[in-house]
Amino acid sequence: MHVHFLDPYRSLVSPIHALDARVKFALTLAFIITCSLTPMAAWPAYLLLLAIALSLEILSGLGIGYVMKRAALALPFALAAFPVIFSSPGQVLFTLPVGSWSLTASLEGLERFISVALKSWLSVQAAIVLAASTPFPDLLQAMRAVGIPQLLVAMFGLMWRYLFVLVDEALRLMRARAARSGHAADASLTPGGTVVWRAKVTGGMAGSLLLRAFERSERIYAAMLSRGYDGETRALPLPPISPAGWVILVGGTVLLLLLLLVGFVFGR
Amino acid sequence: MLNAPVQPMHIPDGFLSTPVSVTLWIVSVVLIGYALRRVGRDLGERQVPLMGVLAAAIFAGQMLNFSVAGGTSGHLLGAALATILLGPWAAIVVMTSVVSIQALIFQDGGLLALGPNLFNMALIGVAVAYFTYTTVRRLIRAEQAGILVGGALAAWLSILIAALACALELALSGTSPASLAVPAMAGIHMLIGLGEATITVGALGFLYSARRDLFLTSEAAATGGKAVWITGLAITVLLAILSPLASAHPDGIEWVAKQQGFLGTARDPLYKLIPDYMFPGVANAAVGTILAAVVGALLVLGAVLGFAQARRSTKA
Repeated sequence: MHVHFLDPYRSLVSPIHALDARVKFALTLAFIITCSLTPMAAWPAYLLLLAIALSLEILSGLGIGYVMKRAALALPFALAAFPVIFSSPGQVLFTLPVGSWSLTASLEGLERFISVALKSWLSVQAAIVLAASTPFPDLLQAMRAVGIPQLLVAMFGLMWRYLFVLVDEALRLMRARAARSGHAADASLTPGGTVVWRAKVTGGMAGSLLLRAFERSERIYAAMLSRGYDGETRALPLPPISPAGWVILVGGTVLLLLLLLVGFVFGR
Repeated sequence: MLNAPVQPMHIPDGFLSTPVSVTLWIVSVVLIGYALRRVGRDLGERQVPLMGVLAAAIFAGQMLNFSVAGGTSGHLLGAALATILLGPWAAIVVMTSVVSIQALIFQDGGLLALGPNLFNMALIGVAVAYFTYTTVRRLIRAEQAGILVGGALAAWLSILIAALACALELALSGTSPASLAVPAMAGIHMLIGLGEATITVGALGFLYSARRDLFLTSEAAATGGKAVWITGLAITVLLAILSPLASAHPDGIEWVAKQQGFLGTARDPLYKLIPDYMFPGVANAAVGTILAAVVGALLVLGAVLGFAQARRSTKA
């Protein structure tokens, strides 16, 4: 079994896919930073940012549904911001009696919560479009162009290369465990052994996985040495960004700056 | 089963204020840059294959799970395991790779929030694990017992302290009131930490019987980790004290207090440090959970110290 389906990249033909990865990377970061800097309750700005995100999803051929499904994974964290509804001072909305005391929701608190949830939702959409429309090697190139140390980029690359191998290894360990364990069709029945025992078995699997990885890394190192590796990470010089790429980069940045301005006019 | 678990410690974008994000980005970049240089000096050209493959292994290891009860399951995060096997600097580099790829490819944690997430999981997690593990190893003379007890405590405490840092960052950003975020995160992660500790002990026990030499090399690689040890100690003490203070401070509760007409009693700053001046439920839970954590850690440490003392006196 191979876990290529872990890779979020969707191979499609679209203007977004064709765009230079460096431009895409920079603009995605700019989009997320814009979301972060936009003040609370700047609804028109959020709407415009959402419009950009949605049009990118359609333009990239990924479809809004696909992105929404992935974006839902980040939603549970919004719970962390939920209490601000009741903790921010401001105009009283309603009061909930809870036991001996009561929770008072404020308009400002509600606005703050919705703003945080929206910002988070918008940011994760941009990140999904980037990951789903850019092959990993191009992302590595973009990281190098942004100035992330060559050494770290090389490690990311190697990690990505062996991620699937080691996930396969982990799946084999889990399959072996399942093959040696009893299984009840009734999910309510407790699994065998104590929790601590089960955790220790899993620990043994994790240890075994690490050991295999150690040994694999030694083989990989030997293979790299035999192919002339000398500790230097070399890469082809990055090709120049095309004029069209520059236009999109500058145009996108200006657009985001304008949106930020809108945010500051309407927000607080 | 196939997806890496969604961990409550990975902060998505939008939840942290820009100043908090930028500050923690700067701290993370500086420290990770230093760790990269250290690892390059220690490992040389082996660095890239070893770090890359081990980062992939930690990532894959996070998929291994065991059922706890009622459909929930325990997972491994791996910061403590990496720290014990590789030493602090290499562990920082490995955890940096893991957390970065999680954010970049799987949207597990945001991109702008990557700096703070690296700070919590790659830096605080490793520093606390290193401090705890080396301290216990020095206290317990018996090798195997030291490795296992040290591993368990390091795993549990590193998860808890990293979660406290996460909660404080959310509170500083005005996203979540400290009086709720701190006890909630602490409570959840005290349980998650138990799973982490048992898996870590299982893994260390296996590795100890299979490849004892790994523990010797990791000890050699850890020389010069005094700065990390002190940092780990400082972070642990600071966060263990800071969090209950922050959560007892009625930043948010003050608003409720005003609605209830209790503000007169809450206004005196001296009272703010006394948790049960108003809402025994909330404020006590905040302090109570943290106190429980600190007391629990101290009790275990005391037991360890007593154990070590007893062994030493029987040897003498």
